[in-house]
Amino acid sequence: MMQHEPDQPLLLADGLSKWYGKQLGCRDVSFALYPGEVIAVVGESGSGKTTLLQLLSAQLPPSRGRVLYCMRDGATRDLASLGEAERRFLFRTDWGYVHQDPDLGLRMSVSAGANVGERLMAIGWRHYGQIRSTASDWLGRVEIDVGRIDDAPDAYSRGMRQRLQIARNLVTRPRLVFMDEPTGGLDVSVQARLLDLLRGLVAELALAAVIVTHDLAVARLLSHRIIVMKDGEAVETGLSDQVLDDPQQPYTQLLVSSVLPP
Amino acid sequence: MSTVLELTGVSKTFTMHLQGGVRLPVVDGVEFAVRAGECVVLAGRSGVGKSSILKMIYGTYRCDGGSIRVHADSLMLDVASAEPRQILRLRTRALGYVTQFLRAVPRVPTLDVVAEPLVIAGVQRDNARRRAANLLRRLNIPERLWPLPPATFSGGEQQRVNIARGFVSDLPLLLLDEPTAALDAGNRAVVVDLVAEKKRRGTAMVAVVHDEDARAAIADRIIDVHRFAAAA
Repeated sequence: MMQHEPDQPLLLADGLSKWYGKQLGCRDVSFALYPGEVIAVVGESGSGKTTLLQLLSAQLPPSRGRVLYCMRDGATRDLASLGEAERRFLFRTDWGYVHQDPDLGLRMSVSAGANVGERLMAIGWRHYGQIRSTASDWLGRVEIDVGRIDDAPDAYSRGMRQRLQIARNLVTRPRLVFMDEPTGGLDVSVQARLLDLLRGLVAELALAAVIVTHDLAVARLLSHRIIVMKDGEAVETGLSDQVLDDPQQPYTQLLVSSVLPP
Repeated sequence: MSTVLELTGVSKTFTMHLQGGVRLPVVDGVEFAVRAGECVVLAGRSGVGKSSILKMIYGTYRCDGGSIRVHADSLMLDVASAEPRQILRLRTRALGYVTQFLRAVPRVPTLDVVAEPLVIAGVQRDNARRRAANLLRRLNIPERLWPLPPATFSGGEQQRVNIARGFVSDLPLLLLDEPTAALDAGNRAVVVDLVAEKKRRGTAMVAVVHDEDARAAIADRIIDVHRFAAAA
């Protein structure tokens, strides 16, 4: 009956739980993320969204469960079994991590060009001219005036810093990007620009992404699937338009009915 | 012609948890099939469940029972039980939906809004834009508007942009939700022509159309949705 689905998941969360002492972070979360697929994790603050993101990106060890990741060579590895060097290599090459606060994802004292170029040097680029031209190409793609390539990000507006952080993350052509409230704290007009940019880049580069957001309009615009978190548990998952237009769980119905139509 | 869509025993009830768990039965035992090159129109008064049936076929609403089988080219899928990923693939390759209202994305030019489904399906961008331009011209959207995002257009213009977006792909199954509402007679005739062209190419369509002239012009068969009304 079903069509043949040859491809395997890029990332597999299997029964992920995290306690901080007696305090629950998240409980028994399982899902598969496929190449090119964007999942939004929605819920209120304290629902376990950020804990989940940190477990998925190997920044926190799970109390129970595991995360499997399909490496570039096709081998599937349990993230807990990776050594520190391997994990850092993943972060430098195959993954991106976009923080809500761009200052956490950037080096504020070095130039914008160096912020982008640094990621290339970390994967072995050595030719200065190539690094600089690739960096300026990426500044253009995130709509930063190339004339400002030598300015440090502390001279940038918040919205520009966020776009710079995105360029820094995408320049190495990662296969998977984690984003924690990427549009949080931005003015609405700046948000719209960033969203449109992200939407275009995600589609163009066929990126897989896990996006944590409390903004349902962001989830609708960017994601294929939504996971709704409440009190550390995934209470509902499904196609993004289905979760938003025909929510099944009481909590999801509350969430959807509490905002102006996205 | 071969059957493209087949609904069997489809039922839908909304449970409103915030209103004390009130259950609103919508439809029950929905049963019909659509062949390639055929346009089936769902009829019935407002609120009877016509759009809900379209949304279940598209996968936006969950079904509580029954099956919704789509057979298109090499694809075969029961939307009622499919994984989200399979539904997404179906939408890219086989299943299109023209809604009443455009969900505008900030900053994307009209030409690209219309070309996007083709680009996602792998058509080269220039080629996709050419086909998009062709449709926008037929639907009388002035060329000076093409580089602009449609968010500020009039209701009728936005609807025509959405129609162009829905008709630009050659998908085997198309769902039309009030494609002619709010259109003037000239543009209504264009939409009727577009539907006729799709039929000749073998597209199967399910439509909700209130306008009687348009309905008479596109319907090969009319299904009265009242017969699937769920007992409240």
